[in-house]
Amino acid sequence: MKGKKNLTFRQFMCKESTAGVVFCAPFIIGFLMFMIVPMGISFYYSFCDYNILTPAVFSGAKNYIKMFTDDEVFWQTIGVTFYFAFVSVPLRLIFALIVAMILLKTTKATGFYRAAYYLPSIIGGSVAVAVLWKRMWATDGVINTLLSAIGIETSFAWLGNTNTAIWVLIVLAVWQFGSSMLIFLSALKQIPVSLYEAATVDGANKWHQFWRVTLPLLTPNIFFNLVMQMINGFLAFTQCFIITQGKPLNSTLFYTVYMYQQSFEFYNTGYGAALAWIMLVIIGLITLLLFATKKFWVYEGGF
Amino acid sequence: MGMTTKRTIGKIVYHVLVCGLGLVMIYPLVWMIMSSFKPTQTIFTTANQLIPSQFVLENYANGWKGFAKISFGVFFKNSLFISIIATIGTLISSALVAFGFSRCKFFGKRILFVAMLLSMMLPAQVLMIPQYLWYQKLGWVGSYKPLIIPYFFAIQGFFVYQITNFIDGIPRELDEAAKIDGCSYYSIFFRIILPLTTPALITSTIFSFMWRWDDFLSALLYINESAKYPVSLALKLFCDPGSSSDYGAMFAMATISILPAVIMFICLQKYLVEGISTSGLKG
Repeated sequence: MKGKKNLTFRQFMCKESTAGVVFCAPFIIGFLMFMIVPMGISFYYSFCDYNILTPAVFSGAKNYIKMFTDDEVFWQTIGVTFYFAFVSVPLRLIFALIVAMILLKTTKATGFYRAAYYLPSIIGGSVAVAVLWKRMWATDGVINTLLSAIGIETSFAWLGNTNTAIWVLIVLAVWQFGSSMLIFLSALKQIPVSLYEAATVDGANKWHQFWRVTLPLLTPNIFFNLVMQMINGFLAFTQCFIITQGKPLNSTLFYTVYMYQQSFEFYNTGYGAALAWIMLVIIGLITLLLFATKKFWVYEGGF
Repeated sequence: MGMTTKRTIGKIVYHVLVCGLGLVMIYPLVWMIMSSFKPTQTIFTTANQLIPSQFVLENYANGWKGFAKISFGVFFKNSLFISIIATIGTLISSALVAFGFSRCKFFGKRILFVAMLLSMMLPAQVLMIPQYLWYQKLGWVGSYKPLIIPYFFAIQGFFVYQITNFIDGIPRELDEAAKIDGCSYYSIFFRIILPLTTPALITSTIFSFMWRWDDFLSALLYINESAKYPVSLALKLFCDPGSSSDYGAMFAMATISILPAVIMFICLQKYLVEGISTSGLKG
């Protein structure tokens, strides 16, 4: 009797459908516990006055109304974040593409060059690099010293000027073009040589070949990179938090850093939760928008 | 003759340009490493000079002392502990889930797969406040739990996705043969699929370890006791105004903190390149 019961339990466990659920159980639990539940809680708190220390008081849509009607800094951070993402991501992709085209031609030194170009993107997100970057652009930092070495005597405060501070962060982001470069490089290698041969026969020069053959065939990769990096661009945190803290005059205050400040420095945690939800909506909209433009410029016909 | 000269000149121009741009790319890092060997008060007075006129190791000694009587060795040990345990969790859970997605049919799989793709698009920064509020309810704030436990539940869709793709590439005939021999799904996973998945697991290990090592945000949110700080957070405090202006020590510790990534970069380049090129994992 007992043996038979064991057997049926074992049979049940070994059924394909049970095994599938068992294997996926970590994700099912993790998704609920660490994504759905937290999002649910924060959704509730976004409609509350809450400061972590005292119990939450329901306040309706007050947080959202305040955000859109009575918070200039909110609009400023949106502007800064959009500016950062819309400048740094395309620049980074353009650099990545140019360098990938250059490195496509293999020589003995290609491995070394490739390594030099993508090392920054491997360690670029670390605190060590952020700390270094901050010192490099200081008035007595290496940038100004090198500029004086080539004859431009300056003690310009890159990080103290509302026009240039954001560019220090943009340059840091563009500097990390290495991983996109690798993706482009592997995509470029898959383009059949026969296409270029055919184009040459038809009288196309290198320039035409790039615009008519290479670029269209790369658009799926460009699209993928654009979507992922736009999302990451909107969410940049560490660099801003360490290098500029949003200074000067909030000209580099990223949305995520503002969210952090509201929640953990000013203890407007309910307001911070509302900011997080609006961020999610913005990212969702941008992703949808990018996907909507897909059919106009992304080539999906294969080779 | 004219043709070959032209080609040689072209080659030289190519290498000079590519090499020059490459040097610009790694100049900041080389500058940081070199500065860490300069006497600390000369770093900014000699910022235009790359090679130190005298090599000193005192920055490393000073930096290693750390702050608040806590040696930098403690921060390293903390970082290692968090990164290794979280990476083990990521590997185990992601491999299990990937097998489920790749090899089993079950009710709700499609929805679950969409959920996984969504979780890939839902980055840590959006979840920062929601998760903080939840972990606070669980009483996890102030401990390593938020930095470790979630990783045992396959919350990084990237890894699941990558390993699923890899397992999809393993011929199903292997499973079928094992099934005929009486193997259950569990033994197929452990005896057949898991050993064959090693390359994907190595790539995942590298990225997971590097991401955990660099993780600054969750340490900033959850760790409030300096003896528990990981390297990333300790470095940040090092550069805070007022705490220390010993830039030599700061650069020395920054250099040491990127060592694990640089060593992996040198030794496991093949896997890194593959990981980035095939799945768009960000370094």
